Amino acid sequence: MTRVRVEGLAAGYGGAPVLRDVAFELRGGDRVGLLGPNGGGKTTLFRVLLGELRPLAGTVEAPGRIGVVPQTERSRLDFPVSALDVALMGAVSRLPWWRRPGRAERGAAREALTAVGLAAEADATFGDLSGGQRQRVLVARALVQDASVVLLDEPFTGMDAASAERLEALLRRLAAEGRALLIATHDVDQARGWDRVLCVNGRQVAFGPPGDVLTREVLQATYGGAIVEIPGGGAVLPAHHHHDHAAG
Amino acid sequence: MVLATLGSILADPWRDPLTRRALAEAVLLAIAGGAIGCWIVFYNLAYSAESLAHALLPGLVVAALAGLPLLLGGAAGLVLAALGVALAARVPAIGRDTGVAVVVTTLFGLGALLALSSASPPGLQGILFGDILGVSNTDLALAGGLVVVVLGALGALHGRLVLVGFDRSNARALGVSPVLVDAALLVLVAVVLLVAVQGLGNLLVVAVLIAPAASARLLARRLAPMMAAAAAIAVAGVVGGLYLSFYAGTAAGASIAAVLVGLYALAGASSAMRARGPSRPQSAQEP
Repeated sequence: MTRVRVEGLAAGYGGAPVLRDVAFELRGGDRVGLLGPNGGGKTTLFRVLLGELRPLAGTVEAPGRIGVVPQTERSRLDFPVSALDVALMGAVSRLPWWRRPGRAERGAAREALTAVGLAAEADATFGDLSGGQRQRVLVARALVQDASVVLLDEPFTGMDAASAERLEALLRRLAAEGRALLIATHDVDQARGWDRVLCVNGRQVAFGPPGDVLTREVLQATYGGAIVEIPGGGAVLPAHHHHDHAAG
Repeated sequence: MVLATLGSILADPWRDPLTRRALAEAVLLAIAGGAIGCWIVFYNLAYSAESLAHALLPGLVVAALAGLPLLLGGAAGLVLAALGVALAARVPAIGRDTGVAVVVTTLFGLGALLALSSASPPGLQGILFGDILGVSNTDLALAGGLVVVVLGALGALHGRLVLVGFDRSNARALGVSPVLVDAALLVLVAVVLLVAVQGLGNLLVVAVLIAPAASARLLARRLAPMMAAAAAIAVAGVVGGLYLSFYAGTAAGASIAAVLVGLYALAGASSAMRARGPSRPQSAQEP
């Protein structure tokens, strides 16, 4: 089932489009990796899909709710809220402005925290959780929102192997339940394990199954001819090194 | 004997109906100010609140000179300030902060000019530094109404305030407009200033909004306890300030501000000591 259909999309901030020629489809059950350099248009695409930025051209069809799992900002760590409070934010727009979340909303938030494996941390302060736990709390928020599409902004950044594996399993389950996931990442190897890959660099470079899409040519067009970022350290290497690494 | 002395020390200031009214007014303003102050701190509105308080001075002065209700003058002053700030913010060459500063100093200067002219009646000092001992029953009723409105509005808007404060950049995606939430909060802040400025003074009213919330931020780990703590600290500050004023013979508004700042210093010291102790959980952050 198609969750999002994008055709002929161009988007930008007043001047020339920072992203153009985008056309792809997200289907329920798909985990789609979004690859591209910094400034390549990944964030712009997210903003368009979330309805925060109007497209300059083209259409975006998304009948269901779209949730987002943002990167952690300093201000969020300092905010005195519990994991349960954060999950409850997914229910706010469903209530009229004068109503406070009641038992039904709290129940849904606890259920979502249980689904992401954080039932025991419901009352912990958000800023005290580990990076992986915080990402899962934000996934729980999207679940409370009842999102059929979830956008994740580099969710694995700075995460240790065990946390990454747990998040990877959670994403697998969310997709298996019929959601579509669009996951911005710098980790080409990880994207190989997902269902589809969308490469952008100011325009759409390629979209399709990783086996077809992740060729040396596409990666060079995505990350620029000379250098690519490699998974893990954020280091940069000449492209031929990366190619060897990716092929191995 | 000792108890009786202590009792009379505590009770003496409140034998006069004037000081009892002042106490009631100050406590009501402290509750409203402490609660909304938490959101002023989280939304980085301290500068805006200070600016609004100062910018409504000419309105207050003109009202005092014309013998009109101060509330009316203050409201007119606020509208003028809001328009001025909105216009200044549209000048692309100067930043928003600079625009606000220009408008506010202009309006505050205008107010001071009017207040210090030879035609000005005595009592204008009360506008600058507050006249908590001169509150009327109407003022008290107004402050009571303010507490009901502020606590009611903060309760109703709580979920949206938390959401925008925590995750402004994604609020829209979660179905909440940050612009509307900001506007609602600013209107509430303006209403609090308008009512509180008469008792606490144009220059010192911000102390009741900011200092208790900043202190509570250091002590509480959740929003509801933080707001309760801020209101309690604000009440302690105004009561302590009125005692100080009574026994030291100092100005009431200034004494309240001094005690509030003292409480903030205490909260800061206690928070620093806890941070050095081994029991505080380390904030988990990836390298």
